[in-house]
Order: sequence, then C-alpha cells, then structure tokens
Amino acid sequence: MTVALELREVAKTFIMHLQHGVQLPCVAGVSFAVHAGQCTVLAGPSGTGKSTILKMVFGSYRCDRGQIVVQHGGQRTDVARASPRQILGLRRDTIGYVSQFLRAVPRVPALDVVAEPLVAKGVAREEARELAGHLLGRLNIAPRLWALPPATFSGGEQQRVNIARSFLPDLPILLLDEPTASLDAANAADVIDLLAERKRRGTTIVAIEHDPDVRDRIADTVIDVTRFAAAA
Amino acid sequence: MADEEAPLLIAEGVSKWYGRQLGCRDVSFELYEGEVIAVVGESGSGKSTLLQLLCAELTPSAGKVLYRMRNGVTRDLVLLGDAERRFLARTDWGLVHQDAALGLRMAVSAGANVGDRLMAVGWRHYGRIRSTAAGWLDRVEIDRARIDDSPQTYSGGMRQRLQIARNLVSQPRLVLMDEPTGGLDVSVQARLLDLIRGLVADLKLSVVIVTHDLAVARLLSHRIMVMKDGQAIESGLTDQVLDDPREPYTQLLVSSILPP
Repeated sequence: MTVALELREVAKTFIMHLQHGVQLPCVAGVSFAVHAGQCTVLAGPSGTGKSTILKMVFGSYRCDRGQIVVQHGGQRTDVARASPRQILGLRRDTIGYVSQFLRAVPRVPALDVVAEPLVAKGVAREEARELAGHLLGRLNIAPRLWALPPATFSGGEQQRVNIARSFLPDLPILLLDEPTASLDAANAADVIDLLAERKRRGTTIVAIEHDPDVRDRIADTVIDVTRFAAAA
Repeated sequence: MADEEAPLLIAEGVSKWYGRQLGCRDVSFELYEGEVIAVVGESGSGKSTLLQLLCAELTPSAGKVLYRMRNGVTRDLVLLGDAERRFLARTDWGLVHQDAALGLRMAVSAGANVGDRLMAVGWRHYGRIRSTAAGWLDRVEIDRARIDDSPQTYSGGMRQRLQIARNLVSQPRLVLMDEPTGGLDVSVQARLLDLIRGLVADLKLSVVIVTHDLAVARLLSHRIMVMKDGQAIESGLTDQVLDDPREPYTQLLVSSILPP
C-alpha cells in the first residue's frame, strides 16, 4: 500500500513573547504514516496537541522540527519546508481540512462558500454551484438556506456547510477536526456514510474524534497522542 | 497559477531613505499572478513607502523592483523609460488610494473617470467608451443613472467603488491598494471587501494590499508580510502568520484584535 502521508519526528513549541517569552512545548517526536484509503484517528484528552498536529499538516501552524511528507501530484512534498505557494497548491489539489468551526465570510451565500474551492480549481461557477447544492442536499441543508450567508445558521448547520466545502473538491487527503461534534445522531450518520464512501474511493483521512462509536466506525488505526507529549 | 511561470513582481532588497530618515529597508518578496499579498503594520512602518516603490512612484535607494511585462520579459523598473513607465501605470497597473479623491478626477463625471484609461489605450469611439464605463458602474454596484454626476456628489463608499472601476477598466495585471477600506463605515466596508474579493478572483488579479486591519488581510490575502520600523519582520501564509505568529510584534498585533 502506498503511504499518502507521513510525519517523522515532528515537534512544535509555542513561544509566547507577550508572556515574557514563556515556552509551551506542545508535541515532540510525532511519527506516524497513513496509507492511502485508510483513516487514522488521533485520540487523547484535550490539550495534548491533536489539533496542532492537524494544523501543521495543513500548514496553518509552522512545524519546528521534523518532516511532514505528502504525496502530491505524483511528487513528495515536505509541508514543513514548503513555500507558501507550494502549500497553497497542496490545499487546492491535495489536502482538505475541516476545522472545528466554520470561518464564514460575511455576505457570501452558503452555496458559494461550498462551491468556492471548486471554482478555484477551475470548474465553471454554475457547475460548481450545482455540485455544491447536491452535496448540501445530501447533508440535509434545506435549499431555502443555500442563498443565505451561513453566519446566522445553527452550529450543526454551519458544521455541515464546512464539511461540504472541504469534501466537494474530492481531494486525496482529508483532515477532520471533530467533524461530527456539533451534529445530532442522524446528521452524524450521514457524515459517517460520506466518509466511508470517500475511503472506498481511496481518500486518506486523519481525524480527531472523541465519540467512541464514531471512532470505531471510521478508524483503521487509532493513535494516542499523549505518547507525543513534549517534555516541559 | 502554473508553477513554472515566473513571478509578476519581484522586490529584491528594496530600501528607501528620505535623507537620513528610513522609509523601508531590505524588503524582498515575489508576487505571482493571481496572488494577493497583504502588507500589515502600524502607520509609519514603511507600508506606503513600499507601495510607492513597487509602482515606480519612488525610486529605491538600494535594491530593485522587477516586473514581468506582457511580452514575458522581466524588467527593472528603474531602467524603463518614462513613457514605458507611464504606459504601465495607466494600463497594466492599478493604484487604489485610501483617499478616493487622490485616485479620482473630482471635477469630471464618473463616466469620464472610468473612460480615462480606455482613452489612454487608444479608444476613441465615444459610444463604446460610455457603454463600457456603464458596464463597469454596474459591476461595482453604482447606479448607471449616476454616470454623468461628478464623484463630488458620491458617498465615500461609492467613490471607493468608482476608484476601483477606474483602475480595473483597463484590465490591469497588478493592483496596489493602500488601505482601501480605511475610514469607511463597517457595513460599507463589508460591501467593498466583498466586491474586491469577487473581482480579484474573477479577474485573477495580482494584488498588494496595504492595511493595518488584520481582518481585511485574513479575508483577502493568500500571504501576509508584517512590517515594523521599515523592515519586513515576518511573512508567510495568511493563516500561518495570524494563527501561529512567531515574532513578538506580530503576536502583539494579533492579540490586539478586539473580538466583535
């Protein structure tokens, strides 16, 4: 099986200059590999660095040490050393990320929020909108909401818009930070179905998931992040 | 954004001294087509000086600014002739000022303001110029019925949108914006940001936007460069700089944002 994503000896320390330069070691020695089409769930209590690891893979957080190697367009790219431009390319073509909360742009309708990454990939706007509507429908977002900006939506609705936005471009690697946390059982089940479908098509997934039932249903591997605790 | 393409704009160790007073020092970056870079920092940090250096309104004391012309040749701005530089400024570049009165001709009609650049590239047919100008007014959400009015009669938000239309009508490749939403009401600001965001994406513009507002930078830019005392102290992807700021000054800026 091909390795889609591999972290080697990754470490991250936050330095808080406004608090007299106090150092907050977050994680160290993070090493694991995820095979294509597999789902790895990061487990462990809050504050152990699960989200930090995801954000380093996505390039939102800088990585102090180690390598984060991603298969990207037939090439291997080390996110830890990639230029901003390379990371933007990775995000367009390879890695999707579902954050815990939707960062909505004011005044942009939900349909366009979801369609935007496809448009950025060069799909015609009308076609992207149609596909976006289809996916929103699958996630039980009623069509009457599509023309509204998601800022006023409920937490669960916003999260489904967020999921739709990241899933629509069908990227080979998906990073999910508690994708079902704000969803009721029926909507969570729909998201899990969608995940299973993507896995069958070969999508590689790294997820943070606290719900043991959901975890059992999606995970091929569970990694306890406490083993990467950095010595303070 | 094909990878093999050369950058549109390159700043190489650009410095500017006003006598003994430092404007900016040793600033380097590359801007590719379709990319938006936000230059953030407080007033006096050298942001506006940098912007003027990038469009050859100022000449660097050291370093150079290189621009890839439409024929694919990358040229040093200092070595361009005056006529070439003027032509670029009126066609290939847009410059959006914070104070719209600086970027508009206040004594002539809105339509003439938009038509100026078309005439600069040789358009002579009055009817075509007028209809193109009217099309641009639609695009920036200004009522066509106001085409013959002077911008003196426009509100601040309308003037700013008119300034954008005036700049974009010639299909520039590079647009420099100096605090384009500064001094506007929040609701007017949001509408303008939306408009800019849409136009940048649709027209694949390369943009350098100077702002002290990190929310504006977050909304519009791919990359951020933080300036302090004339120097670029930190740069990177927008979310990286805002979510994981490294330098003490950047951490201070980010932590100073008031939540709404």
